[in-house]
Amino acid sequence: MGDLGKYLSDAGTRGAIWRMLLEHVYLSLLPLVISVFLAVVLGWVCHRYGWFRGALLGTANIVYTVPSLALFAIIPAVIGTQVLDINNVVIALTVYTTALLTRPVSDALDAVPAHITAAATAMGFRPLRRFLTVELPLAVPVLFAGLRVGSVSNISLVSVGALIGTGGLGVLFTDGFRSRYLAPIIVGIVLTLLLALLVDGLLVALRQWLTPWNNLQGVKP
Amino acid sequence: MIFADAFAWLVDPANWSGSKGIPVRIGVHLLYCLGAVLGASAIAVPLGLFVGHTGRGGTFLVGGGNALRALPTLGLVTFLYLIAGGGTGPVLIALIVLAVPPILAGTYAGIQDVDRGVVDAARGMGMTSGQVLWRVELPNALPLLIGGLRNATLQVVATASVAAYVGIETLGRPLLDGLRVLDYGQFVGGAVLIALVAVALDLLLAGGQKAIVPRGLRLTGQPTGPKKGKRSQKLVATAAQPDSGGSTA
Repeated sequence: MGDLGKYLSDAGTRGAIWRMLLEHVYLSLLPLVISVFLAVVLGWVCHRYGWFRGALLGTANIVYTVPSLALFAIIPAVIGTQVLDINNVVIALTVYTTALLTRPVSDALDAVPAHITAAATAMGFRPLRRFLTVELPLAVPVLFAGLRVGSVSNISLVSVGALIGTGGLGVLFTDGFRSRYLAPIIVGIVLTLLLALLVDGLLVALRQWLTPWNNLQGVKP
Repeated sequence: MIFADAFAWLVDPANWSGSKGIPVRIGVHLLYCLGAVLGASAIAVPLGLFVGHTGRGGTFLVGGGNALRALPTLGLVTFLYLIAGGGTGPVLIALIVLAVPPILAGTYAGIQDVDRGVVDAARGMGMTSGQVLWRVELPNALPLLIGGLRNATLQVVATASVAAYVGIETLGRPLLDGLRVLDYGQFVGGAVLIALVAVALDLLLAGGQKAIVPRGLRLTGQPTGPKKGKRSQKLVATAAQPDSGGSTA
């Protein structure tokens, strides 16, 4: 513990950790935002075109099986980025999160009762507006359940990127290991857990804000 | 082309022999994974059965499992390794720690998911608490339980590659070595190898999952119409999916 205090007492170290934390947030949350859009589009495609569903979800399952360290290394080879490019991590995590979210989104869209879409159509909603204002909001609780899993796993996975030279809190682990020094490793683990907890709380709050009808009924989605 | 180099590395006979050859690495990798999944099952299955059966401590369990999911694998591995001062033990412990939550979640969810009517009927027939657990709840929980084992295996396969960083001879080794000496063929070849092993193992377990689930369970839902059957399958699939969320490491 004394070690930890000594390690954190240096202002330069604290500044470096702060920058790593910000980088970690960027690397883990940007994929989350991108994949929400991708998953909604792909989920809609699965929902609308049944024949596409099997192929797409099967691919998603396989992609999801590939370990992150391997995906971080395969992506630059596939799309031609530099091996140490920070975008590899962003793209890999986007792929994971999209693979994770597409099935629940498509299932949730399937589960929207037909009489609701029929009512919206009868009220004169065009398909796009109906999708955005009726079907998608009803899928929000499911989407957020997936997002919470995705955010936690992204925040934990970004650290692996340190092995292939990207930043984030994972650098604390490799630094600590190289110098046989526990303090940075402990700081890294604690900050990762706190970040995951904070983001999870924010997602819960955002979901409640987006689905006020669930709060009114007092029903837990 | 990087992929051509990777392919060349993968098919080079020199990489397939000796104590640092690909077969040895695959063997070591799988041994670690087997040890970790068995060790974690010994802890998580009884605990999940107990909590699911008695209903005591469920919220605590789910919360704790979610927190463990956020644990950075690389951090855990390096932390335990430094504390223990090296060796393979700490790596195995780290793998077990990471494999427990998915198995626990699968077992617990499986037991919780059993239709209360079925459990009540079993009790009404005069089954003891133990009989209800072993002969009714456990078989009904198998699909989700094995789903949990599958997720745990994925997690462990991924983490064992990462653990090559602290010096164990798993499949992560060629990848990390390739990066260090800037041999991109070996780097990507190693990555492809890890991916292939992970996908093959998952397919194998998926087959096992199909074979092990009791016939009575496989039949439910199907006679009542195709739609219902499809739905219940989907339910199992989605229930298993979120766990895999934290699994790939």
